[in-house]
Amino acid sequence: MDNAPQPAPSDRGRLSALLRLWPFARPYRGLIALTFSAALLATLAQLAVPLLTAAVVDGPIAHDDPAGLIPLLGLALLFGVAEAALFFLRRWAMNRSSLRIERDLRDTLYHRLQRLPVAFHDRWGSGQLLSRATTDVSTIRRFVGFAAVFLAVNLITCVVVLVLLLVTYWPLGLTVLLTTVPLTFLGLRWEKRYNVQSRRVQDQQGELTTDVEEAVQGIRVVKSLGRSSLVFDRYDAKAAALRGMELEKVRTLALLWCIFELHPQATLAVILVGGAVAVNTGALTVGGLVGFVALFTVLLWPILSLGFLFAFAQETASACDRIGELLDEPITVTDRPGVRPAALGSPARLRFQDVGFRYPGSAEAVLDGIDLDIAPGETVALVGSTGSGKTTLTALAGRLYDVTAGRVTVDGVDVRDLPLSQLRSVVSVAFEDATLFSMSVRENLTLGRPGASDADVDEALRVAQADFVHDLPWGLATRIGEQGLSLSGGQRQRLALARAVLGRPSVLILDDPLSALDVHTEALVERALRDVLAGTTALVVAHRPSTVLLADRVALLSGGRITAVGRHSDLLAEVPEYRDLLAQESELAEVAS
Amino acid sequence: MSQTAEHGSPATGPASDAAENWRGVATEDADELSAGAGVFLRARSRRLLGQLLAPHHRALWALLAVITVQNIAWLAGPFLIGVGIDVAVPALIDGNVWPLVWITCAMLGAAALDTVLRFVFLTWSGRVGQAMLLTLRRRVFTHVQRLPLSFHERYTSGKTISRLTSDVEALAELLDEGLDNLVTALFSVLTIGVVLLVLDPPLGLVALLGFPALFWVARWFQRNSTAAYRRTRETIAALIVQFTETFGGIRAVQAFRREPRNDELYAALNEDNRKAHDRAFWLIAVFVPAVTLIGNLVTVAVLGYGALRVMDGAMAVGTLVSFLLYLRRFFDPLQDVAMFYNSYQSATAALEKLSGVLEERPTVPEPTDPVPLGRPRGELVYDDVRFGYTDRVVLPDLDLRIPAGQTVALVGATGAGKSTLARLAARFYDPTAGAVRLDGIPLDRLSDADLRRAVVMVTQESFLFSGSVADNIAFGRPEATRAEIVEAARAIGAHEFIAALPEGYDTDVSKRGGRLSAGQRQLVSFARAFLADPAVLILDEATSSLDVPSERLVQRALQTLLADRTALIIAHRLSTVEIADRALVMADGRIVEDGSPAELVAGTGRFADLHRAWADSLV
Repeated sequence: MDNAPQPAPSDRGRLSALLRLWPFARPYRGLIALTFSAALLATLAQLAVPLLTAAVVDGPIAHDDPAGLIPLLGLALLFGVAEAALFFLRRWAMNRSSLRIERDLRDTLYHRLQRLPVAFHDRWGSGQLLSRATTDVSTIRRFVGFAAVFLAVNLITCVVVLVLLLVTYWPLGLTVLLTTVPLTFLGLRWEKRYNVQSRRVQDQQGELTTDVEEAVQGIRVVKSLGRSSLVFDRYDAKAAALRGMELEKVRTLALLWCIFELHPQATLAVILVGGAVAVNTGALTVGGLVGFVALFTVLLWPILSLGFLFAFAQETASACDRIGELLDEPITVTDRPGVRPAALGSPARLRFQDVGFRYPGSAEAVLDGIDLDIAPGETVALVGSTGSGKTTLTALAGRLYDVTAGRVTVDGVDVRDLPLSQLRSVVSVAFEDATLFSMSVRENLTLGRPGASDADVDEALRVAQADFVHDLPWGLATRIGEQGLSLSGGQRQRLALARAVLGRPSVLILDDPLSALDVHTEALVERALRDVLAGTTALVVAHRPSTVLLADRVALLSGGRITAVGRHSDLLAEVPEYRDLLAQESELAEVAS
Repeated sequence: MSQTAEHGSPATGPASDAAENWRGVATEDADELSAGAGVFLRARSRRLLGQLLAPHHRALWALLAVITVQNIAWLAGPFLIGVGIDVAVPALIDGNVWPLVWITCAMLGAAALDTVLRFVFLTWSGRVGQAMLLTLRRRVFTHVQRLPLSFHERYTSGKTISRLTSDVEALAELLDEGLDNLVTALFSVLTIGVVLLVLDPPLGLVALLGFPALFWVARWFQRNSTAAYRRTRETIAALIVQFTETFGGIRAVQAFRREPRNDELYAALNEDNRKAHDRAFWLIAVFVPAVTLIGNLVTVAVLGYGALRVMDGAMAVGTLVSFLLYLRRFFDPLQDVAMFYNSYQSATAALEKLSGVLEERPTVPEPTDPVPLGRPRGELVYDDVRFGYTDRVVLPDLDLRIPAGQTVALVGATGAGKSTLARLAARFYDPTAGAVRLDGIPLDRLSDADLRRAVVMVTQESFLFSGSVADNIAFGRPEATRAEIVEAARAIGAHEFIAALPEGYDTDVSKRGGRLSAGQRQLVSFARAFLADPAVLILDEATSSLDVPSERLVQRALQTLLADRTALIIAHRLSTVEIADRALVMADGRIVEDGSPAELVAGTGRFADLHRAWADSLV
């Protein structure tokens, strides 16, 4: 997870990155325009009340004319209702467009990520991808629905109100304009400091989370060695540091709030003095002064929000960059143009011809010059020490990775010349770590063959000795995996095996399929599996002699090359490296004596 | 999929919907259903909150005083403007400058007082809030550490972790994002209501006409949004599960051509999530304009009636202006409260779950007057031990004596009771009846320090903590010197591979290049146990994931580790049994065979059968 490339969190995006959003926003441009218009009109409607108040003071009140009140009050009522209606319209249109943009973006991202090659996912942990699909996408939603609209509306409002203030009485208007300069400056500065401090707090929370995870997941070790106080002290030091950072953040926030409080009140005092003098000289009416005060209060939020909105725009720009990075990633393992399904036998011949493989960005070849021919119906065991490239080799047949040299063929056809969907239905895999998903047992089993019949499922369960599923609370409908019932390692492995053998595939690849089973179950599975292996072409990665015995031939993989191929007993007798890998202590002793 | 399963259980939730069948059936998290039930906290949450607030008793009163004075200073602004218009402007026209000077000074003074007090309030309440959070973090962390293993197994690590992280953070966010806003808003609504009534009672009454409507709208919003926000939390959780599982298991997804089906499922979950958010946002979209509408209607009424009163000479123009300014301050904060409601709700839900965990009792408590254990010899006796859960008995009645220094291997099928027997010796559980004694002292009479010094259990997963390899070995004895650590690694046979790591003993095990294989991790945890040097060692042996050469290394390390100690090994592989002095075959919670490995192999029991099958597999 920590090895995925990630821009430094304090990086501010370039605003041009926001343009990437246009294709997603385009379908909803009508709604966005509606949101913007409603927001602008609502803000302008807000100006009506102060202006009408001034009119009431200077008109009906000054001339003692109660009848003159009625049209003014009617207007105030009209604008008041209009403002509320526009508010509603804005929020309605905003929800409609922004939530849909968020959904579309998330769907597109998921769709694309699923099709990126495994090599990409090796580099990026799922946690990294998740934070982009949730946090970053939500940031974009909030920007589109809220910040983008108000950035425009507030700028317009500021200009309109300042113009109105200048028109009402320009010397006082100018004074107000000048007081906003230090406000904006301080606001921007402290908001920036606040953002940095927030990041620091988030990072520290991450540190704390690591400690919590270890203390909980390692609870047996902690308890067993009686190290609770050691673990607590470590956690406590970090929690105390977090508090310190939080307090710094609180201080900055308090400063920010204070200028937000102080400025309007001090300015009101200035307005009062200036206004009183102006009324005295006759340059301003009492109503004009009242309107001035009221207009000024409308101006406050747009000015104060600008700093925050700009920061938000930059944050969104870097979110766009991060998502764009994923969308730009090339899908390298894909159908060649014009591929057609080929007629393949069942079982089929699987052949590796001079195959080489190196991971992207790595100079060192993991596999080099691999030649292995597995006849239809034959089972070959693959043996090698940790890191010799066994798992990589098994991933090449189903094109989870593409070879970087040579070719892999099924019945003579290069796997890259087959449609992916056909290839992956012909080649069936059980991985070393039995991946199960939070869904019903049945859905987990029929992952690759949704059309499988009940008889197929029962047959697969029998082979893998996984009849325990019938004893689960809801049988095959029981939800398992992370969000459901948890199964033991052995049970998971048997389900993964059942999934691989379901529907008797033409080519079967098993990566150490029996490692988590106890001796008794292992024997039962082996017996049933032999029957399946007889009718399919299989490559089985093996760590123990018992698994090797399932195979017709054994291939020894060493340093990325196949160094020996033959029968188990022959290799045991002739190849020292093989003996070292597979012989038990007692057998070694025999050989040595 | 069987029909009875779909409709048979009360816990199936949405599974009756055909589109949801793929997810299968599971017992839903009862926590989530009861939590977040709304504004009124349950008794246990209130108790927790009370306990957290108690030490800050005085500070809270002082804060109340600060915010009261600050509010008064803040409220003075509009009032002074009104006085300025009514008194100072006419006086100025009469040539008297002083009222204007005084009022301006008063305004500036009030503004300064308001600002200073606000700063004091924010920083001080922040300190109190952070102190409460720190106390909470410490308390929950210590409590979770103290809870027995049976709790952790039932509750799962994922849930425990989210209690300690996201739930505590939900409270932090509440404190962070505006508990002070809420307090200030509620406080100013109250004080402004009073001020309006005092300033001009008839007009004040008109202004308060909006109150019932406001109350009704707020109540509607609160009722509906509770359910709506809970739903958004559920839909986003479902989305995250689907996402992480897809990319955590991307090999399986691609190998089994799952992409198109996943696209469909994800799109459906994504659409659910959109609808849930649409619903929650719709409520805000109605609530906020409704408050604005009420505010505007009241303003028009005040303007009209106020103007008439001014014309009648019953009221001054300035008072009317103050009134209108107050009204604005009255309605604006109410809109913020709606925005803030979501984090308030998450926080109450979090508090509910946290108080639930804190109410769990540590069922394996340390004795208050422990019996001191001198230098432990390591004799272990199970005296009429019975152990079970409410629904089933695991060990019906067990008598067993293990003399000091003996190595005992436990053999048997899954569920035979091997782990339970071993864990009782480490006092991860207490027996339901009978006693486990170490050197004649019942384990529940030993202090934690004595017990852990004498008995150490090495578990299957050989968990490593982040930090260097040396740190991980030193976990067995934190005061150990580097020389002792290296010596322990050498004794176990781990020194060679550790020395070959990029930074030797200082290699960080969580960083790239420092990642250890399963076998290497096992050796590190053995070195850890060796350094701890206990009289009794319990081993849940797991060699399943090891290849043969690593397994061989581990087997050799075991012989060093077990020398001169009492040892209890749960053997998964029969090769381990060969190094034991004695083997116990267990079935259904009972010991069915007991003897030296050689005796058992020669016999005709289960062990002999197992051994034959194993020997055959080695051909």
